[in-house]
Amino acid sequence: MISAPTGRRLGSPGAALCAALCAAVCALPGAPALRAQEPVRPVVVASKPFGESYLLAEMFAQLLEARGIPAERRLGLGATEIAFAALRSGSIDVYPEYTGTGLLAILHQQPGADARAVYAQVSREFRERYGVRWLPPLGFQNTYAVAVRRETAERLGLRTLSDLSRAGPSLRAGLTPDFIGRADGLPGLAKAYGLRFKDVRALLPAVKYQALAVGEVDAIDGYATDGLIARFDLVVLEDDRGFFPPYEAAALVAPGLAQRRPAAVAALTELSGRLSEAAMRALNRRIEVDGEPVGRVAGDALAALGLGQPAAAGAVARPESGRAGLVAYVWAERRTLLRLTARHLLLVAVSLAAAIALALPLGLALERTPQGAEAVIRGVGVLQTVPGIALLAFMIPLLGIGVVPALVALLLYSLYPILRNTYTGVRDAAPDAVGAARALGMTPRQVLRHVRLPLAAPLIMAGIRTAAVINVGTATLAAFIGAGGLGDPIVAGLALSDTRMILSGALPAAVLALGVDALLGACERVVRPGGV
Amino acid sequence: MHDTIALSAREVSKRYHGAPALDRVSLAVRRGECVALIGESGSGKTTLLRCFNRLTDPDQGAVLVDGENISAVDPVALRRRVGYVPQEGGLLPHWRVRRNVALVPWLCGLDDGPAVADRALRLVGLEPAAVADRWPRELSGGQRQRVAVARALAARPDIILLDEPFGALDAITRADVQSTFVGLRRELAFTALLVTHDLAEAFLLADRIAVLYRGRIEQIASPTELRAAPATDYVRALLARARMPT
Repeated sequence: MISAPTGRRLGSPGAALCAALCAAVCALPGAPALRAQEPVRPVVVASKPFGESYLLAEMFAQLLEARGIPAERRLGLGATEIAFAALRSGSIDVYPEYTGTGLLAILHQQPGADARAVYAQVSREFRERYGVRWLPPLGFQNTYAVAVRRETAERLGLRTLSDLSRAGPSLRAGLTPDFIGRADGLPGLAKAYGLRFKDVRALLPAVKYQALAVGEVDAIDGYATDGLIARFDLVVLEDDRGFFPPYEAAALVAPGLAQRRPAAVAALTELSGRLSEAAMRALNRRIEVDGEPVGRVAGDALAALGLGQPAAAGAVARPESGRAGLVAYVWAERRTLLRLTARHLLLVAVSLAAAIALALPLGLALERTPQGAEAVIRGVGVLQTVPGIALLAFMIPLLGIGVVPALVALLLYSLYPILRNTYTGVRDAAPDAVGAARALGMTPRQVLRHVRLPLAAPLIMAGIRTAAVINVGTATLAAFIGAGGLGDPIVAGLALSDTRMILSGALPAAVLALGVDALLGACERVVRPGGV
Repeated sequence: MHDTIALSAREVSKRYHGAPALDRVSLAVRRGECVALIGESGSGKTTLLRCFNRLTDPDQGAVLVDGENISAVDPVALRRRVGYVPQEGGLLPHWRVRRNVALVPWLCGLDDGPAVADRALRLVGLEPAAVADRWPRELSGGQRQRVAVARALAARPDIILLDEPFGALDAITRADVQSTFVGLRRELAFTALLVTHDLAEAFLLADRIAVLYRGRIEQIASPTELRAAPATDYVRALLARARMPT
């Protein structure tokens, strides 16, 4: 996938940035001022970070645009929890979801075997509990599947999940964290089939096929319509006991959208019942195996259904995605990448500045009250252990999605190194010099200002540099909550198995980390006191 | 009477975590006199010294400076008028020598700090042109201690406290700096209270020597009296260990 979707997915960068800054200032995502312009406000279309979700969301967006309704893309949101929380809070308007996921991961209810019944159940419960609507299903199911290498299947005679349960104790599984945790994943399989593996490793969707192909693991979970199953010549084991619940795909729309934007909902409903599993496998293969741009594949699919014009407009003068080199790709994408880099830098700079503004005075204050210092610093350290995605998911109800929660998360991750180094630096600064300064009549404040702080400066700067480099890396997570930055091409590239796209985000991020560190190194030489 | 006593401690006691560091110690230092506090580690000599500029506050007893009970005196103001020379110099490593020496005049808000500093450097035998613009780490050990003494003297206090000021120097350098100190006292006539574990240094520099042992003063006397008439077995043993002729 190339620029058309990458570029448009971010919307107009200027507008997005203004909106972001606006939101940052009033700390109110989707502030009334933005809501007021009802007629021109685009419908926000989101996806989760895997290929089929990107494709369906892009089809939603293009269909809306074909009906004259502006669409804003927020593709690749972290996971079910983040996408759904964003939908409930009104940060996004629509994203593709699966009935089985809704039932198990969101409602936490046991699945039935009948697809119609499951759809009826999630429709009713989502409307009652959350005011969220499931539009009529798109027409295909994408249930979980367990896949093994053809060689493994032949050697061990594996055809069904019952066969796998016999061979399981000698096999290593690489499963998505989602699958390991949810009732319709590994725990349910263990109950239904008595399935046990020798070893279970948590692998992100983007790497598990590769891990299976090279023999790092022997079995993975996947989706029935994955294009990669064909690419790696894998064998999907038959669910002979009918364990996996129905996973019908449908558009999930935000509370009140049907009332506010009936035309948008009507447009989205045009896709209902139009997509078959065979068609989806073919489309997914074009994206995941052949590396075609999502925008073009989505456009072709809509055109084939008679719902839009064949893709062209957006994809004019874009490089052929296929196999062009990384350099050519980066050059063609330079404007997008520059914009993403600027956004990334903004996220890092603002969050780091805020972290310094908080942690530095706190560290100095703690030096004056050593009794409580360790407890406070350890408390801040615990924040460091909260996984990024979890932290982002916690914050959605409070801050929605986008730039603000990303800044808060990055701020929280930056506090600890700065706080710890500041406190330790001023506490342990040259005890002889501190003692003499006190004995000759400096006040405690003067000792701090003129002795401890300058002598601690190199250590404090080291903390800031550590925080900055971590921050540049962590800021790629911002893509999971639609805040942009260099995480966008990384997440999209991982979802679409497009190494070039991953590198086009990862390499600038690495350069940025080095650049930020060098810049702060120069600052350090300035603040480092002479004579030390 | 008050005019002649610069420093005095009356029945001063101090305990650290229950263990007595000072046990009802009384001491009076006359104006212009140099008294050495000598004793082994843990004898209480440094604790007693630190009572006189309120780096330590006693649990019981009174400490007087220039006849004034200092328990009610602002410690910061007190320290600015009492000179102090710590172990190992304690120069601020990120300040050049001149700024280090001008520390107390600067704290007191005086404008002529640099000039004062240069005079103080000359007093301790250092040429300002050669050392004033250098960093402390660029000096030799002996030069650093001279700078520390210059810093204590820069604001011309009547009283200075010295905590093992020359202990870390090699023997030849120490002898040099000690003779400078003798000259300074002769010239400026300040009152000095000096902590040392070196009996030879105490004999050389002090008018009177107070021997501390386990938080008490065993004997306080002039070097001659101490040699002639050690008051306790501990003092006798101390003299014997130091090979001082009795």
